[in-house]
Amino acid sequence: MIIGEQKPLAEIMEQLGEARKVLVVGCGTCVTVCFAGGEKEVAILASALRMKSKLDGHPMEVDEVTVQRQCEWEYIDPLRERLKEYDAILSLACGIGVQAMNEHFPEYITLPGLNTTFLGLPEEQGVWEERCQACGDCILDLTAGICPIARCSKQLLNGPCGGSQRGVCEVDANIPCAWQLIWERAVKLGREELLLEIQPPKNWSTSRDGGPRKIIREDLRLQR
Amino acid sequence: MNAPFEPKIIAFCCRYCAYAAADLAGGLRIQYPPNVRIIEVPCTGRVDVVEILHAFERGADGVMVAGCLEGDCHFLEGNLNARRRVQYSARLLEQIGLGGERVAMVNLSSAMGARFAELVTEMTEKIRKLGPNPLNTTRHGRN
Repeated sequence: MIIGEQKPLAEIMEQLGEARKVLVVGCGTCVTVCFAGGEKEVAILASALRMKSKLDGHPMEVDEVTVQRQCEWEYIDPLRERLKEYDAILSLACGIGVQAMNEHFPEYITLPGLNTTFLGLPEEQGVWEERCQACGDCILDLTAGICPIARCSKQLLNGPCGGSQRGVCEVDANIPCAWQLIWERAVKLGREELLLEIQPPKNWSTSRDGGPRKIIREDLRLQR
Repeated sequence: MNAPFEPKIIAFCCRYCAYAAADLAGGLRIQYPPNVRIIEVPCTGRVDVVEILHAFERGADGVMVAGCLEGDCHFLEGNLNARRRVQYSARLLEQIGLGGERVAMVNLSSAMGARFAELVTEMTEKIRKLGPNPLNTTRHGRN
């Protein structure tokens, strides 16, 4: 899922500027699960904004709403009527949700309350780790199910490098060497033969190097 | 004429310890400041950051979360979770500008009626020194 982290209160206050009436819009999907922008986080932020703005001498009226998925037109469309009541809209969704709001309601600016950090999973309650970079050309079949693009600091295809020491990456002692993990798992699975094959340079055109990406499925498109 | 400031403190009290301790304090006729408003909760693990913030937003001068002694939680870890949430709330209150010292986590058992009175007295004195919650414009002095 998409992992996000709330921006500092001071930065959010700066974005809101002189706004008097603010709507905080949460999202009920990924950012709810990672405790960054769901209904509860919306309530906490809205309360904090009401108090801070009052203490700063320009009280804001802050309302709260959370939609099931902020990245789909169908879910955000019902907000249309409400939006005109507000000077500012603050989204607690990921960057996709913020842009969906801006695209769907071009007459209003929707501001970002979160930093969208990565695609990952909760390693344990309260700890999230990156697992995917959406490179567009999955190679997990070749790497024992562990992604070196997301988890190796150098994104090596033929690792490990000389910076791998005692299973740890030289970049930070808290980062396990992805290639060490790959090798250990491949041995356990009896698939180490796969790793003896030298991988050619990766074609990054399926990733961000090819510009913004798009998928069109004609079989799913509705007749217009 | 302005009456002297009397803090209003919200105490979220766990049913299994602090709430019973408050009851015991009453039964023993132990005096403690009338500034505290007790809210019974099934466990301090039930108290979330949002409840603490809402108490301040609605004018509380201080918030006390009173749970079981560490290691004695009826639900095993509710009081430990509460402590971390209180710490998180304190940091948030600092960013808001109200000050993190207005919220406190305390631990006691149901047999500690006198300790409950002591903690309430300490908290009341601390908040009295900090002064009224500036968000509360309706009263400064009355309970």
